[in-house]
Amino acid sequence: MRHLLDFQGWTKQEVESLLDTAKVMREVLERPIKKVPALQGFAVATVFFEPSTRTRTSFELAARRMSADVVSFAAQTSSLQKGESYKDTLLTLEAMGVDAYVIRADAAGVPHQAARWVKGVVINGGDGQRAHPTQALLDAYTLLEALGSLEGRKIAIVGDILHSRVARSNAELLPLLGAEVFCAGPPSLLPQSLPGARLTPNLEEALEGADAVMVLRLQRERMEGGLIHLEDYIARYQVTEKRLARAKPTAPLLHPGPMNRDVELAGTLADSSRSLITQQVQNGVAVRMAVLYHLLVGRER
Amino acid sequence: MILIKNVKLVDARGERGPLDVLIGGGRILSLEGGEAPLVLDGTGKLLAPGFLDLHAHLREPGEEVKEDLATGLLAAVRGGYTDLVSMPNTKPPVDTEEAVLALKEKARHLGLARLHPGAALTLGQEGKTLSPAGPLKEAGAALLTDDGRTNEDAGVLAAGLLQAAPLGLPVAVHAEDASLRRNGVMNDGPLAHRLGLPGNPPEAEAARIARDLEVLRYALRRSKARPHLHIQHLSTKRGVELVREAKRAGLPVTAEATPHHLTLTEEALRGFDPLFKVAPPLRTEEDQEALLEGLLDGTLDAIATDHAPHTLAEKEWDLLRAPFGIPSLEIAFPLLYTELHLRRGFPLPRLVELFTDGPRRVLGLAPLHLEEGAEASLVLLDPKEAPVDPSRFASKARYSPWAGWVLAGWPALTLVEGRVVHRVE
Repeated sequence: MRHLLDFQGWTKQEVESLLDTAKVMREVLERPIKKVPALQGFAVATVFFEPSTRTRTSFELAARRMSADVVSFAAQTSSLQKGESYKDTLLTLEAMGVDAYVIRADAAGVPHQAARWVKGVVINGGDGQRAHPTQALLDAYTLLEALGSLEGRKIAIVGDILHSRVARSNAELLPLLGAEVFCAGPPSLLPQSLPGARLTPNLEEALEGADAVMVLRLQRERMEGGLIHLEDYIARYQVTEKRLARAKPTAPLLHPGPMNRDVELAGTLADSSRSLITQQVQNGVAVRMAVLYHLLVGRER
Repeated sequence: MILIKNVKLVDARGERGPLDVLIGGGRILSLEGGEAPLVLDGTGKLLAPGFLDLHAHLREPGEEVKEDLATGLLAAVRGGYTDLVSMPNTKPPVDTEEAVLALKEKARHLGLARLHPGAALTLGQEGKTLSPAGPLKEAGAALLTDDGRTNEDAGVLAAGLLQAAPLGLPVAVHAEDASLRRNGVMNDGPLAHRLGLPGNPPEAEAARIARDLEVLRYALRRSKARPHLHIQHLSTKRGVELVREAKRAGLPVTAEATPHHLTLTEEALRGFDPLFKVAPPLRTEEDQEALLEGLLDGTLDAIATDHAPHTLAEKEWDLLRAPFGIPSLEIAFPLLYTELHLRRGFPLPRLVELFTDGPRRVLGLAPLHLEEGAEASLVLLDPKEAPVDPSRFASKARYSPWAGWVLAGWPALTLVEGRVVHRVE
């Protein structure tokens, strides 16, 4: 594994090995001094062409917990239009000695392009509607903690599937671990097909007997006009207590955040004991430590 | 005077030879040899009429950083083109008599391929007010088009067809319903959904062609002259079917296909490389097959490059921001000679026709046949294989999705009215 762009070509063993490392990292984070020297001497750059606080902070903390030097490059669209291209930005960072680039962009494929341009390691921190692999890894880790194993488990992903990089990455990753993924949303927010997932406009079908339920944010900023009627969406697709009752009684509830409270998910459920939303965020740091460790340690420099 | 000895001749009517072709005074003087100061060995090579490209973006005026007349027309003759229609979506757009005259004059001065400027159908290509078709035609405009703009207003398109009809000017359209296309950057389908890229549905093309054909019917009913609708760069199976049905119904419609839609599919986007971002987008194999069928049965009249140069820096943006377009003037013929004729058995005379008489008919020009007395605008093609090397392009766009492809049929000599405008020593 040279880069983490998506899960194309990944094996179950590789995923399990990475999640095992995440378990070790989780223990590190529970120590009084939450720091190890594993990445001493490495430089990690978070290159965010699209704004994000949560993912950036999680990656930067992960890198710092392993003693890496961290460079933070925030390129808002306006500064990019001053003339410097993505490629030049990355080559400049490379010239400064960066070893790994965490790249977030609003367009699918930017990390794939970056991997062709730089010699260092590229980690996809979320690209357009394409992929958000570390989010899927932390979701898988959280699900494993809650369910023990994902073999034969039914995972329901509910919401705006069409615009969701989280849904795409989970649909690639969770089946590798033996899970069956159902994606449910209104027809105008469902892709034509998604390898690894069963798509349905029928929320009840997806929730029926589900071992876990993942709710996605309605990405109104990515929607062209007319794809849904918000009130109608809330009436028919919001995950409520009553609807959740179709899932297994113990089925945990996940949300990658940020959450539109009382839009895609009833606020009371978000705060309930079934919600693993906070654990997801906590696990995010451990999983990202594991990703950096796997990609950087032992690699020829 | 030039003598090309022992060369095989190919034009829309078929293949002949080898013969010894004597050229002088801008004409083919004899097919039986003769004396000339310049004697070229044509053994193993093919002699064809010069090509005409209906659709090239030369970017002048306004975006000379991407291309200009000198580089674009040099690229053209290196690709075997003796004639070329430039698209008017320059900055500013070509919508005045003066702009057309200026382009014609500069091209004449350059002495490379002959330029037939396309002029804007509407002022500023804004789709609102018709541009002055009469003076544009007088100045030398070859067709009217708003090109990349999609003529949202059907009434304006109808008025444009009515205005152009008595002048004998075709109205060329980029057939794409922008409201259905939205922000699509690749063919809408399972692959786009998997790659997380906004899709441009094939139905956006079909929907607009269907509408434009109805607009054409309306204009036909209203006009004594025959309005002529030309559909640019067809990309879908359904689009081909619609044009086929319209032609069968006797509508005065013509259509073109591009080298990229004929040799690449949406699969090329898997690596997220904006080199392959083009409008209309690369489609599926099924669409490609339909285009080929359309070329064979006459539904499609011409192969047009849609040569669309950009700076490399722009093409190195992401797929949302990088501009649409592929440069192809220099390799269009070798590409299709190799991929369609050599690999797939596409008949050579028909292929040549699609580069010569087909596009000439769209513009209302007489066919160019290889016979004594004919105008000596010719291209000599070398079947020797060579790889595509964008670093040697005359075009300012020195990148190509076909870089490294090994192609045959490279133009070794291009003559415009007997004058050597390109020669490989």
